Amino acid sequence: MATVKLSFSPAPVHVRTARLVGVAVARRAGVREDLLDEVRLAIGEACTRAVALHRQYGLAEPVYVEMSDGGGYSVRVVDRAPIEAGLGLAALGPDELAKESLSEDALTTGVGFALLAGFVEDLQVRPVEDGVGTEVRMSWPAGRA
Amino acid sequence: MELSLATRTVGEHTVLEVGGEVDVYTAPRLRERLLELIDGGAHRVVVDLGRVDFLDSTGLGVLVGALKRLRAAGGSFALVCDKEPLLKIFRITALDQVFPLHPTVDAAIAADTTGA
Repeated sequence: MATVKLSFSPAPVHVRTARLVGVAVARRAGVREDLLDEVRLAIGEACTRAVALHRQYGLAEPVYVEMSDGGGYSVRVVDRAPIEAGLGLAALGPDELAKESLSEDALTTGVGFALLAGFVEDLQVRPVEDGVGTEVRMSWPAGRA
Repeated sequence: MELSLATRTVGEHTVLEVGGEVDVYTAPRLRERLLELIDGGAHRVVVDLGRVDFLDSTGLGVLVGALKRLRAAGGSFALVCDKEPLLKIFRITALDQVFPLHPTVDAAIAADTTGA
């Protein structure tokens, strides 16, 4: 099993780097070519969410990403923000999305969750085991171990 | 690829051609450009996503913001997109039911029945 670990300052500019690394490792792990767009989007959404939370809470600590290819390709994205009520956020329907009163931030968060849930078959969002924070775990089938 | 933005006018419509990656880092530039256009009097806006190769929730949030702003002002807003990976993003988020989506700029303009 190979593992690639990445931690980055919670700045939007680094999310692209995390996506690029995530897709490179996925390709190397043997994830099917037609799934790579979804891998790219899902890693991007998970990292965007983590960066947004760190900024919201004024946390300078890095966002941590771990990618491994033992029996499939799995990715963990860890933030250090207090546990959010938004963890189990339900998908927004078209009427709610179009509502004038829904803020752009709230919409983006809801849409981000819908994308994660829609593109990742095996998705888990749970509190970290050590200290404060949440981890988003995603995995995809991979050809090579 | 970096974000690219180009504007052209087709009759009464303002067409904003977007290319590259629209994500949490580049979306603020898209938001600024849309606001400039709308504040500058653009009333019927078509955003052409034909050359976009990545679009995330932040970019979608910006597009919904522009749609709401224009609708509130009695204007119109439509998207041009014919790439399956992007269309799938709109379907999964239910935003395909919020945005008028068209395969070409011509189709988007033809479908706009907002009063001039």
